[in-house]
Amino acid sequence: MAGNKGRRRAAYTFNIEAVGFSKGEKLPDVVLKPPPLFPDTDYKPVPLKTGEGEEYMLALKQELRETMKRMPYFIETPEERQDIERYSKRYMKVYKEEWIPDWRRLPREMMPRNKCKKAGPKPKKAKDAGKGTSLTNTADVLKKIEELEKRGDGEKSDEENEEKEGSKEKSKEGEDDEDDDAAEQEEYDEEDQEEENDYIHSYFEDGDDFGADSDDNMDEATY
Amino acid sequence: MTQAEIKLCSLLLQEHFGEIVEKIGVHLVRTGSQPLRVIAHDTGTSLDQVKKALCVLVQHNLVSYQVHKRGVVEYEAQCSRVLRMLRYPRYIYTTKTLYSDTGELIVEELLLNGKLTMSAVVKKVADRLTETMEDGKTMDYAEVSNTFVRLADTHFVQRCPSVPTTENSDPGPPPPAPTLVMNEKDMYLVPKLSLIGKGKRRRSSDEEAAGEPKAKRPKHTTDNKEPIPDDGIYWQANLDRFHQHFRDQAIVSAVANRMDQIFRSLPVGYNISKQVLDQYLTLLADDPLEFVGKSGDSGGGMYVINLHKALASLATATLESVVQERFGSRCARIFRLVLQKKHLEQKQVEDFAMIPAKEAKDMLYKMLSENFISLQEIPKTPDHAPSRTFYLYTVNILSAARMLLHRCYKSIANLIERRQFETKENKRLLEKSQRVEAIIASMQATGAEEAQLQEIEEMITAPERQQLETLKRNVNKLDASEIQVDETIFLLESYIECTMKRL
Repeated sequence: MAGNKGRRRAAYTFNIEAVGFSKGEKLPDVVLKPPPLFPDTDYKPVPLKTGEGEEYMLALKQELRETMKRMPYFIETPEERQDIERYSKRYMKVYKEEWIPDWRRLPREMMPRNKCKKAGPKPKKAKDAGKGTSLTNTADVLKKIEELEKRGDGEKSDEENEEKEGSKEKSKEGEDDEDDDAAEQEEYDEEDQEEENDYIHSYFEDGDDFGADSDDNMDEATY
Repeated sequence: MTQAEIKLCSLLLQEHFGEIVEKIGVHLVRTGSQPLRVIAHDTGTSLDQVKKALCVLVQHNLVSYQVHKRGVVEYEAQCSRVLRMLRYPRYIYTTKTLYSDTGELIVEELLLNGKLTMSAVVKKVADRLTETMEDGKTMDYAEVSNTFVRLADTHFVQRCPSVPTTENSDPGPPPPAPTLVMNEKDMYLVPKLSLIGKGKRRRSSDEEAAGEPKAKRPKHTTDNKEPIPDDGIYWQANLDRFHQHFRDQAIVSAVANRMDQIFRSLPVGYNISKQVLDQYLTLLADDPLEFVGKSGDSGGGMYVINLHKALASLATATLESVVQERFGSRCARIFRLVLQKKHLEQKQVEDFAMIPAKEAKDMLYKMLSENFISLQEIPKTPDHAPSRTFYLYTVNILSAARMLLHRCYKSIANLIERRQFETKENKRLLEKSQRVEAIIASMQATGAEEAQLQEIEEMITAPERQQLETLKRNVNKLDASEIQVDETIFLLESYIECTMKRL
């Protein structure tokens, strides 16, 4: 402001003594960095409560944590396909109970639109054949091919979008029928899906047939 | 929702349900109500995964849905409900103290599964209890049912809102989502079931109770071809009821601490003579804490418990305790002084607290910078000149409580992160020790010699053992700290909620 133009000396708008500094005293340094991550505390924290109740709750907590991991509600992230399929991994998979929600309590869009019917129970298959629009059949076949190709590349939702645009009304019908079925919605059974790999379809006895069977995928010449 | 709360939600969801559910859950907590497609698009997750995650979240009462116009269904997360997952051990332990093991397992199953039918709960709990019993003994369904009924009667478990039964002649397409309704009268109504049967051990295949109406299927099929008698009637744990109980517990123990000697000499049971009772009540009513008030003389004296005052006292005590432990007892003295006198000037603080000026200033500013104390400006002149303004120190309990609550959330998030870090650091060692334990267990089952077992045990070297011990101790400490901080959270939240209701 105009009044301060001539002033050279720093002046505060308030009485500096009120804050605890005597006039002319050197002010503490300006802090130019964030406070330390683990500052020293003058006072040690009070020890934790101990007792029967506290110990029991502690054990409970740790148990619950482990139990939750084994429940069907814990959805594992699909791991990236590793370079080498470790043999032991197949046998260390924790068996999880399947959980099927009560579809009556959920919005209809929650039901998985499961067009890809695997070699499931016979009645399902018969029903599929019965529904028969050619659209479904081709979609099915395409889907199977796509799945086989894309397995291991993570899940894409392209197929789902396709399927939705193609057969919206059909799926609505389908759901009403499916509602009567005891839920064998394989969508939730990721384990099954993962099992469907080359190792089941082609059975290796020893190294002999290795080259012959996988001709399609091998770029190298067989010797 | 503050960042601290969102972070904590994220950690809890991840620990309990995995990363996919965590991603969807946190997204909803952050952005509010959203439809399915938008969630999938914004989080970059496949529609399939989003559906699975939402099913899990809805099952556990963490997310609710609503049908909006044009048939769009929107999903909304309940952040505060997610934070309640911290309190699960406390709920379960409380039930144990009130209804023993059977009650404990009932509540545990309900919390682990979100919601269950009564028949499902009874079966699971009976099976679990049977596992722990001696060989040949089984737990009867009737006993479990009885405990369930008691829990329902005392409102610790309640019915979930249910799908309304519509007649088949309903014209038009079915709605995109059911509108769940809850009839207040039926909330604690236990369906008339005749659950006959006994719990089953996992391995015994010959120990089947005769005349069991339930399908005799192995444990891992959830399909039940027989109609479930209480199909569609789901139960959940009533967290509010537990909170009521905790609150009452807190008040009782606070008063007990206050009236230590008297309470100790109080005879067990309600055989207190009228005169003695009168004396105690007067004492309580006159106590400056004002937990109990006298609201009239009808019937010889009407006494009432002032819940809000009680909660406020508890919150204030918590604040005082934190100040004491962080800044020292002299700071605590100043804090209590300002609390008592409501507004004080700098000079007055020095005088009343009998602490030299420089130190008093230092302490006040420390507390000010951490927002335990705030400054109230009272200008003497209309131009608000600083040299002509009163600056009064004051404690605003509500805002200090909120600040402390926020710190608690941050603390727990830090504790969880540290625990996860410690576990990850020692992952290799932990896995090794688990494998060794598994080997030892299987060897013991097949009958192995002491020497062989010794050899296997030595696979873990002494320093490794030491490392494992340290890890266990640290993890235990961190876990115990989480539980204790949650107690403080409960107190502060109760106080804040109670105060906000009165505003």
